Amino acid sequence: MSTISQRQPKDAAEKPISTPAPAPPALDKGGDELSIEVASQWQLMWWKFRKHRLAVIGLVVVLLFYFVAIFADFFAPVSTSTYIADYAYAPPQVINLFQDGRLDPYVNGYKFDRDPKSFKKIWSLDDQTVIPIGLFVHGEPYRVLGIIPTDIHLIGPRDLGQPLYLMGADKTGRDVFSRVIFSARISLSIGLVGVALSLTLGIVLGGISGLVRGFWDNIIQRLIEITMSIPALPIIIAFGALVPIDWNVLLVYFIVSILLAFTSWTGLARVVRGKFLALREEDFVLAARLDGAKSRRLIFRHMLPSFYSHIIASITLALPGMILAETALSYLGVGLRPPAVSWGVQLQEAQKITVIASYPWLLFPAFAVIVIVLAFNFLGDGLRDAADPY
Amino acid sequence: MKKFLIRRFLYMIFTVWIVTVVAFAVIQLPPGDYVTSLVSQMMAQGVNEIKPEVIEQMREQYGLNDSVPVQYLKWMRNIITKGDFGYSLTFKRDAADLIAERLPMTFLLTLSSVLFIWVVALPIGVYSAVNKYSPGDYVATFFGMIGLAVPNFLFALIIMYFSYKYTGQTLSGLFSTDYATAPWSFGKFIDLLKHIWIPVIIIGLAGVAGLIRTMRANLLDELNRPYVDTARAKGMSEWSLLWKYPVRYALNPFVSTIGWVLPGLVAGEVIVSVVMNLPTSGPVLLNALLQQDLFVAAGFILMLSSLTVVGTFVSDVLLAILDPRIRLE
Repeated sequence: MSTISQRQPKDAAEKPISTPAPAPPALDKGGDELSIEVASQWQLMWWKFRKHRLAVIGLVVVLLFYFVAIFADFFAPVSTSTYIADYAYAPPQVINLFQDGRLDPYVNGYKFDRDPKSFKKIWSLDDQTVIPIGLFVHGEPYRVLGIIPTDIHLIGPRDLGQPLYLMGADKTGRDVFSRVIFSARISLSIGLVGVALSLTLGIVLGGISGLVRGFWDNIIQRLIEITMSIPALPIIIAFGALVPIDWNVLLVYFIVSILLAFTSWTGLARVVRGKFLALREEDFVLAARLDGAKSRRLIFRHMLPSFYSHIIASITLALPGMILAETALSYLGVGLRPPAVSWGVQLQEAQKITVIASYPWLLFPAFAVIVIVLAFNFLGDGLRDAADPY
Repeated sequence: MKKFLIRRFLYMIFTVWIVTVVAFAVIQLPPGDYVTSLVSQMMAQGVNEIKPEVIEQMREQYGLNDSVPVQYLKWMRNIITKGDFGYSLTFKRDAADLIAERLPMTFLLTLSSVLFIWVVALPIGVYSAVNKYSPGDYVATFFGMIGLAVPNFLFALIIMYFSYKYTGQTLSGLFSTDYATAPWSFGKFIDLLKHIWIPVIIIGLAGVAGLIRTMRANLLDELNRPYVDTARAKGMSEWSLLWKYPVRYALNPFVSTIGWVLPGLVAGEVIVSVVMNLPTSGPVLLNALLQQDLFVAAGFILMLSSLTVVGTFVSDVLLAILDPRIRLE
């Protein structure tokens, strides 16, 4: 792909830019004289990407999830720690849009009976009680992005303090729906941190391997093979379990993301090495070298930018694995732990089959995981196809 | 070929050595040592006071006064010469017994999953490639995507939930209660077959999905090769043509997948076994790690990883036998 773009800059520049496409990710750090060609390459990719309908849907879903995660306080009716102990394990409510023929959304309240044997509460929705709900209601105060104080929530009961459990309540009476939304913050970002780490490892080691060749290439190749043939999970579980319980959330978060990075750096390193091996034979690299470019400039200015798109596709395909790994680790109790909220941590409550059978809504976080992983896979597939638009 | 085998074999030995170091690190990393946990456990069981001399003696006995490399060498020596993996504090038995009891089941489960993956992925992958963009292909792709997206422990949970809801049975374990502790017999074997297929499907799902996609992509590349046209021009029937040349060519990943699927399968097995409470390595390993029963944990990590590495080696050798091009690399 890079071959053509570099050899025939004129062609690329003269291509009519007919579609006003949104700006592609701004990775173009080239000088002015290069910007048109580089931009048009991204433009071509965007055009190719757009044809892959599932990938576009994937992109929309991924952006939506990250948007919701960033503004979680606004989208979630209550905070992660808000609880009403009386409503422990209350089932999900259904939103009714119309009341007496008018658009006036509400949910039903709860009533319960006691199981004569176990004294467990048996919940049911009470048709008689109406809890009016609305959009953009006043609720718990919070700060948008930690700065602007407000108390507007996207959805909530119009009278503060009334129960609203769209996805049911957990064992302490916390709102599963709100927690699923807040969980997105950790679950979606821990993968990014992990990918950033493994990308650094992958580019450095893969780069050395592909450029230097010879002895170090051999060593790094063996290292990659060895790492790949060792089942990572038992070892990750081991190191996860060894993290002392009293460490703070942020530290554990960082440790877990380092552990996750070890699951995927090998794949990235292989991609990078393969690309470097192919590129070093290219004419434009030779030209740059004859021009007297130092190896650092050669790598960062000429070679790396020509496969940014491949790296982005690889990252997108590595992310779902990380999200799944975090969920599995936290579920087993060796990843993140409360008070951190992630989808895996939420699922910890769903350990026993009897608990799940009685309160199946505890599995809602699982659907969030499945949807985002699917979206990332579709997006990654589309990006991989679009990475080479010629 | 001989050179290739020797080189691969040396890599394998080296990898196993790395694995032993990692497993040993698991023993060494946590604060305190084996005797500290032993003492605190004895205290918890009601022993009032343990004299410092006794503690010192125990330290000597377990070789904890030696330097770390010496401890490592002793640990390795005991494993290699006596098959002694140390003693389990939580189970009150030799770690080696535990491993001998659980590991074969893991082996069986993982191997069955590999077979399952092959048997299911081959025909579907071939069908998908030959009938590209047909409804069947879309269905296969769709389920493949789902299979990759659903973490296997969740899949296990969901299946267990529905089974519990509609049949009232908790799908867990590999045997019925009657057979669980019984010695091996034909009846027990049949009982095992009745139970094992559910975890096998759950563990194998992601692998099936991945392999279908690889198989489809590989076969699609091969189907456009000139030799296919040649064979067709000679009047060979589509069916025998397909199976005789391109499929054989595209089969490479099936063998090489043992290499990259195996670590994933072992990982999946550990998690699924914990969720479904299977009598395999997973639950014991997790429990040992959480209880800091470190000799057991290290033993399991060592054995699981070594077996995987050996499995990868075998698949490499098989691949080299099947495909001469590999040997030249």
